[in-house]
Parts: sequence; C-alpha cells; structure tokens
Amino acid sequence: MSRYTAVTESDRSAMLEAIGVGSLDELFAEIPVELRRERPLELPDGLGEAEVFAHLRELAARNRSADDEISFLGGGFYDHYVPAVIDMLLERSEFLTPYTPYQPEVSQGGLQAMFEFQTAICELTGMDVSNASVYDGPSALAAAGYLAKLTNGRPRFVISRAVAPQARETLRTLSAGFGTTVTEVGLRDGATDLAAWTEAIDDEVGAAFVALPGYLGTVEDLQPLVDAARAHGALVVCSADPIALGILEPPGSYGVDVCVGEGQALGNRLDFGGPSFGFFAARAEHLRRMPGRIAGETRDLDGRRGFVLTLQTREQHIRREKATSNICTAQALNALAGVVYLSWLGRAGLCELAELIARRTAYARERLCEIEGVHAIGGGPVVREFAVSLGLPDRDSVRRVVLRCAGERVCPGHPLGRDVPEHPDGLLVAITERRSREEIDLLADVLGRALLAERASSAAAGGGGS
Amino acid sequence: MSVAPPVGAEEVRTIFERGAPGRRAFVAPALDVPERPLDELIPARLRRREPARLPEVSEPELVRHYVRLSRRNFDLDSGFYPLGSCTMKHNPRLHERVAALPGHARLHPLTDPARAQGALELMWRLERALAEIAGLPAVSLQPSAGSHGELAGILLTRAYHAARGEPRRTVLTPDTAHGTNPATVSMGGYQVVHLGTDARGGVDLDDLRAKADRDVACLMLTNPNTLGLFDRNIAEIVRIVHDVGATAYYDGANLNATLGISRPGDAGFDIVHFNLHKTFTQPHGGGGPGSGPIAVSAALEPYLPHPVLVRRGGAAGNGSSAEFDLDYDRPLSIGRLRGFQGNYGCFVRAYAYLCSLGAAGLRDASETAVLNANYLLARLRELGVTELLPPAYERLCMHEFVLSGAPAKRELGVRTLDIAKRLLDHGYHPPTVYFPLLVEEALLVEPTETETRETLDEFAQALAEILREAREDPEIARGAPYTTPVRRLDEAGAARRPVLRQGL
Amino acid sequence: MSEPSYPPELRYHREHDWARIEGDVATFGITWFAQDSLGEVVFFEPPAVGSQVTQHEPYTEVESVKAVSDVIAPLSGEVVEVNEALVERPDAINSDPYGDGWLIKVRLADPAEGDALLARDEYVALLG
Repeated sequence: MSRYTAVTESDRSAMLEAIGVGSLDELFAEIPVELRRERPLELPDGLGEAEVFAHLRELAARNRSADDEISFLGGGFYDHYVPAVIDMLLERSEFLTPYTPYQPEVSQGGLQAMFEFQTAICELTGMDVSNASVYDGPSALAAAGYLAKLTNGRPRFVISRAVAPQARETLRTLSAGFGTTVTEVGLRDGATDLAAWTEAIDDEVGAAFVALPGYLGTVEDLQPLVDAARAHGALVVCSADPIALGILEPPGSYGVDVCVGEGQALGNRLDFGGPSFGFFAARAEHLRRMPGRIAGETRDLDGRRGFVLTLQTREQHIRREKATSNICTAQALNALAGVVYLSWLGRAGLCELAELIARRTAYARERLCEIEGVHAIGGGPVVREFAVSLGLPDRDSVRRVVLRCAGERVCPGHPLGRDVPEHPDGLLVAITERRSREEIDLLADVLGRALLAERASSAAAGGGGS
Repeated sequence: MSVAPPVGAEEVRTIFERGAPGRRAFVAPALDVPERPLDELIPARLRRREPARLPEVSEPELVRHYVRLSRRNFDLDSGFYPLGSCTMKHNPRLHERVAALPGHARLHPLTDPARAQGALELMWRLERALAEIAGLPAVSLQPSAGSHGELAGILLTRAYHAARGEPRRTVLTPDTAHGTNPATVSMGGYQVVHLGTDARGGVDLDDLRAKADRDVACLMLTNPNTLGLFDRNIAEIVRIVHDVGATAYYDGANLNATLGISRPGDAGFDIVHFNLHKTFTQPHGGGGPGSGPIAVSAALEPYLPHPVLVRRGGAAGNGSSAEFDLDYDRPLSIGRLRGFQGNYGCFVRAYAYLCSLGAAGLRDASETAVLNANYLLARLRELGVTELLPPAYERLCMHEFVLSGAPAKRELGVRTLDIAKRLLDHGYHPPTVYFPLLVEEALLVEPTETETRETLDEFAQALAEILREAREDPEIARGAPYTTPVRRLDEAGAARRPVLRQGL
Repeated sequence: MSEPSYPPELRYHREHDWARIEGDVATFGITWFAQDSLGEVVFFEPPAVGSQVTQHEPYTEVESVKAVSDVIAPLSGEVVEVNEALVERPDAINSDPYGDGWLIKVRLADPAEGDALLARDEYVALLG
C-alpha cells in the first residue's frame, strides 16, 4: 500500500523509549477497552500509486464529460475555457498547500491574492466591499439572508422565482434554522411578476431577493423590484451571473444592499458541481455584519505595505455564538482562480466575451424556436442562457430527447421539469464562448430530429387517443 | 536586530497597479453569428455603461505577478506546519493528477445520472468508506467544510425534534470547543450552554448532569478534544445526553487520532462530520476548498439533505437502467445546504487517499500521528523546553498537545506570540496560538504522521534555541520575525481604518 | 497608558467598568485592566442618546483586533451624551481610559445603586 509515513521499526523503538512507554498500545490506554476496535475496518486493501491511478481513470471513463460531447448545460455552472495559466498557478505548492493565513508575515501571497479578488468582485458588481469567498452561489445567498436577519430581525423573506431553484432551496433550509419564513413570488413571461412582488412585500419583510439574469435566462429591469423593497425598509439581495456582468449594468447601480453569485464560470472547473466559490459583496454600511474572511491592507514595522485578515471580530473564532457566520475554511484556491481569470480576461476582454456570448445566445434562441413545437419561455433579453418549451407532455419525454441527442454527442441542455415544475417540458440551454455557430447549428439540427423521433414514437405508442 | 529589504525589492503592487491600457492576455473568438445592433438584443438601459476596471496585463505580466506572489507564501510542501487542530499532513500529488482527469474535472453537475455513473460510484464508495470509519450507516457528502457539516448536524437535530413535536432550545458544548461550534449553534436557532472541563482535561460530568435536561437539543463535542486528550468518559457522556432525548454530535476535526482504533458511532454518537481537508489530505489551498461530509444514525437518515445517493437494480450495462442515482424524493429532508452534490473534486482526492491506504494504512496513520505527537513532547521535555512551556495537562496526549506559555511570559518576558514569530525565522510555520481559550498563552502543536523523526528533533531544538536566546535578550523574539517578506503588521490599524480593496 | 492606574475618586464595577458620579449625572468608562486585556481598541459603537442603560447589564461592546468585550453599566439611567470622538479615535480608550477615553454620560435613575459599586482599593484588591 502507499502511505506517506516514514517511521521505521528502529525509529519506533527509539521513539517509544524516549516517550517512556513499552508499546504503541500504551499510547492509547485512555481509550476504554469496550470502545477499542480490534478487527480492521472493512475497507479494501491499500494499493500502490499506479493501481490507484488506473482505478480512478476507469471511474472517469464511465462519465460523459464536456470533453466527450458538445454540451449546452448551464444552470449556474458553465463550460467556459479555462486558460492554462490557471492550471499552472493552482498547482504551485505555495498556493495549493498552505493553511488559512493566520501568520500573515509568511502568507503575503495568499493575502494579497484575496485583496485583489475582493477588488475585482467590487468592480464587477458595483458594490463597496467584498469578502474573500464563500462556498458557492446558493450558500452565499443564504448567508445574505443571515446578514439581513442580524441587521433587522424581521420574520420574513420574499424571493423571486427568477432566483435559481437551488439557491432558493438553500435559503429555505438555512432560514428554517434561524427562524425566518420564505415567500416566493412567481414569474410572468420569464420575469418577476411585479404586481405579486409589490403585494408580497410589507414591513415584516427583512430581505427581498432578485436575480440578474434570471434562472431561465431573462434579464429584467431590477429598479422597480428594488424600489418596492426599499419602500418597506427591506434589504435587497441580488444574485448575479459574473460573466453576464461583463455586459449588464451591475447590481450596485440599482442600489441593492448585497450582491452574491456563483463564481464557477470565473476560471474554475466543472468538477461535477464543486469546488467552486461564491462571491459576497455589499454596501459599506453592512461591513461589520459580513460573513467570511476579509483581507485588509496595512503596513509592517518597517513601513512595508502588506495585508492581513481583518475585522476578525466578526468571525467564529472570536465572536463565537454572536459571529456573522460559522465560516472557517472557505474557497481560497478557487477564488484565486477567479481573480487570475478576471485579470486574464482584462477590462476589455470581459466585455468582449460577454458580448460574443450574448450574440450567440440570441442566435441560438432564434434557431431553436424555428423548430416546430419549440417556443421560448419568456420573451425578454437573454445574455448567456435561455429556456424553451419543447411541446412535449412531461419531463420524462424531455429526458428521452436529451438521451437521443447524447447518441449524437450533443447534450442539448437541462430538463427543467423537476426544478421548475411550471414548465414540465422546459429545457434550459446555455451558451459559452466554446459553443461556435457551427455547434449551435448542429444543436438545432440534432434537437429537431430528436424531437421528431420522440413525437413519432409517442404517437405510435399512444395510438389514436391518449 | 534589523534586516534590510532584499536588494531590488520593490514596493508591493497589486495586479491592478500593473499593466497599461490596451494590454491583454485573452483573445476573443471571432464573431460568427449575424451582427445585429446590440440595442436589439439588450436595451441600452440594461447594459453596462462603464466596463469593470479590471487589470490590463499581458500573459507574461500576469504569470510573473502571481509566481512572485506565490513566493511570498510559506507552504506545507516547503516546511513543517504543526498547526494544531488543522492536521497539516502531506498532500499526495497523485491526487492532483486523478482530480484533473477530464472524466472527473470536466463533468457538468447536471449531467444525467445515467451518464455520470463513474462519478456516482466514486461518491458511493467514498460514502461507504466514511460510514465504516465512523461506525454510522448513512452519509451525506454535501456539506462543503467542517462548519458546514456542523450546521447540517444542527439542522438535522432540529428536524428530528420537530418531528417528535418536541422543539428544544439549547445545545451543550464544552468550553474547549472550536469557535465554529457556538457560531453554528446560533445560526441553527439554538442557544449555547457551555460545559466545564475537569482537572484531567475532559468534560466535567457533574456539570453535564446538571445541565442535561429536556431543553437540550444536542451535545456537540470533539474527541480527542481541542486539548488533544481522549475523554475516557465518552460513552457515559453520550448516555447522559441520550437519556434526555438529545442528539450527540461528534466534530471530526480530530479524527486523525483514532482512525481504525475507535469509532465515534461505537461510542453512541448520532452525527459525525469529517474534514476531508484535514484527515483525508485535501490540500488547504490557503483557506479552502474543503469538504465536510456527515455520517448519521438510522434515526436521522430520513432528514439528510437531498439529493441522496442511491444504488438501484442489477449490474450496469443493463440497457438504460442506471446502477447509481440521485434521489430527490425525500419528504423529510431538511433540504439543501448548497448547490448540486458537494465538492466532488475533494471527493476524488479523498477517495484516492482511501484507495492508497486501505484499513491498515489508516490505522497506521493514526498510530503514527499519536506516536509523533508524544515523541515531540518527550523531546521538548528532554531539552528542558517544557519548564517554560509546560503541557497544560500532564498526561499522554493523542495526535496533538497544548503547551502553556504562561511561565515563559512571567520569567522571560516573551509571550507565545513572540515565540511563534521567532519560529518563522527558523523556517517553521508556528503551531496554533491562543487556542484553546482555556489555556493561558496556549500553543497547540500537531505534527501529523507524515513528518520524520529528524524533523521533530530539529523543531524541538529550534524551540529550545528560541527560549535560550530569549533568556539572554527577550527583545529579539519580541521584534521577530526578521527574515520573512514582511515583519509584524499593524493589525489594529487594518481594523480601525479598513482598506479592503485597491483604490483605482 | 502603560502603567496601571485607578483614580481614587471613581467608583468601580467588578466587570472592570468605572463611574464618575457628579450629582445626578455619571460618566462611565472601562478600567485600565480592561483596556490592557483587550489590547489596542479598534472599534466602539456608542448607544443612542436617550436610550436606557441598566446596572450590571451590557450596554455596548468594545472591539480590539483579537477580542470583543461587553461593556457593563455600573449604574442605571438615561444616556444623555456619548463620546463621538471615539468613533474616529477609539485608541483613546487605551491611552486615556479615565479621561478622553470616557464612553457615555448618564442621568442616574437611582443614585442609591452606587452602594453596590466598589471603592478603588476594593477593586484593586479584586485584581489580585
């Protein structure tokens, strides 16, 4: 078996002697006999490195990754091109293996990277302050709910169904803990139903949650939603797509209190859902209630510029039960990938990338809506993702269509039926810079034929009436 | 003693202060779809008026900036890192190679389960292994860090009591607990009640008996505790808690001491969390990512976050019927703590570690971790270090031990902080300082099993040297470090006038 | 202030707070011991003028880099003035805890509560 210890027989006897015990067993004497496990754990025997590699590769081979097909999957995680410099930097021992920077004198690399990350997120979102990352987009949204609870203690949240289903669910799960109820407001033509929104918000609402763009891809004007919330003194939280912010006016301009989002699209892998990072940015007045680590600038004894973790009195290791969150380990390495990616794209590059994607997304939506039976869900502007209904009876038929397309090495998108039950035959289609016009045309072709085949086979199965 | 900055050292510049207008690394693909006016696609009033002021650098500038930055970090590959409570054991490089395999790294989380069988099988095998290690039957890999796992445990507890129509108000936790424990309790809507520590360093049983009542929802603790001591009364503690109908939660941060030797499930715990980034070698990444899976008893299984990984049907290759699936039909589930399935990249690494070690290797890891810690303590005694930095409790430790710097402070005028800073000049990352709070001037030392005997000897020598030097001239340690990229930083100034982003 | 100091004319609360009583108005602050334990103070947020404080109860917090501490009211009453200067310069609490580092002034609800406080020598004896 591979192992990473170095204690030899002769080391062991010398060490036991130095300790003053006769055997290793004596070191575990405090453990009562009835709690000691004598037989080995029932696990497969250890293997050497080459065998472990072969096994992990065999498991990998049974996954259909974005390398195996042309993928239009989105829903928060996107197949963007990650430049080679990021792989190279993240493999470096000095970034990969240190702990959280508790000794700042020997952690200036990591702390400066956090400071740069915070700056980049503030610029992207138009907010005053950012933390150094949280786990992911949905947990960032829930953390914003906790901030609102600490700020105004009101008993309710209102959330638009434009916010991604997994984020809404995470908010509900955590709110059940700290005692806030969550009211959802539905969509109308792909955007938040403004009348229902305004009616749902009153003085009992501590925070109102919106998204930019919405989960189904539509960009809506946030201002009326923000104004309605502020009229009742509720905090406003916006969940935003970071690439879309290359072309959209950022949430800070609408006067939101907190802007959160999923950072995977910024230089991180798909990795079957994680690790990635969530970003969390806010107005200056909320600084002392922000969760997570924050890096700040300062000077050393000799006047050198440096960075430290700061405002730690918010955090669990000092404030304990009154902390602004329980976060200890966050997503520092993933956030590093994020700031390197944003620096690689650069000021012009992010705009160009977002514009290219927006144009291709509009094109893709047009092409798919040319297919008989396929209609756009929501007519508003889209920037990187859109939803269509396929004119099928249910989610299972959508899933069959998706598997037919897989046979031609195209994954057309995500069946919406489970996460968005009001659209049982919905399909969520994401476009990145890796999806060329040719690939989009291929999608339209493959999907069109798959739909025909599905309709034919269900007509055959259903007979004259169903 | 003062040290001039290295020749050629420049004032520190962030990436935003490098580059020049027009420089770039990224080249956008050419537009290949019809170019319509942008206003037709997105109304101008919704579009960004000013670009985000991101850096404008070439690739070589970008690389040079971040490579230089990396050299201003101390790291585990480069040196000894005995941070107590963090288990800084070697991060095997095989794990980076397997995690990078496209079948793992390039797999989208919404991939149909039928086409992600390798990933689901990996997760299934990891769950089974963690269940076996904990001695509890049901596992969720979803939580993203230890404290996230703690929150899951508290929310499971809440659901469990609610289902019984018995809402409770408090959670018991020892005064030695890690800060995440009380913070999590508050987020879960409960109040913390502290338990005292007895003279031997374990939970004060009398205090526990007095405070265990039907208002208590849960007891949270770690064993061995943050003092590095195994509580021999652990079964009795759990029994007392169960007698009032509360759940018993085991914080797995210190699991490295007992792998294959003692299982928290066998001691009666209902919920256990693991830190894959501590015990199971996930690299710390300078502050994450981590992963905090939980194992729970059968009684709590229905409340687990969803989706839950299930294994169905016969062998794979049976038409389109998958062997592994994600089950969302969980009516009692607490819901979700995050998107998708959790930090899969961390699962791949932890699973590779388990494949490499097997049962014998895991036991060997814990035995060696405990051996190394006791040996280091013995060496410190031999060198007289423990006269000024005595262990807080005079007993054999487990995988870590706590020293108190109080005598050194009184007799030499150097505090634990000063000793830690001077250790930096000796090329070591210091142990954890000022935790646990119970011990004055605490120094919590965890060598881990992957260090050699020579490293431990050298570290002990370095500590002895620092104390010798402090006896002659305490000012040296008080002014340390001298040889690091920066010297002591003004943390008060950073907190008083926070500067949290680069001004532009 | 580097040397311990406990002015004799003040009254002390065992939770390391002091009161300077002048007729029916008292000034509150934290003692030398408290500021020394905390370290460099970085943040202080005063309570609102007009709010009530209750003897033995916390009325605000003081933060240093590494710690947060409740500040306990030695006496009950209505807040009539707060030391706004501390918001910009909280370190006055360290350098001059009994002078420029004063925290709030209160109109006393019940001067007899002063009996529960300690004289300087009694407080110093507590510190041991």
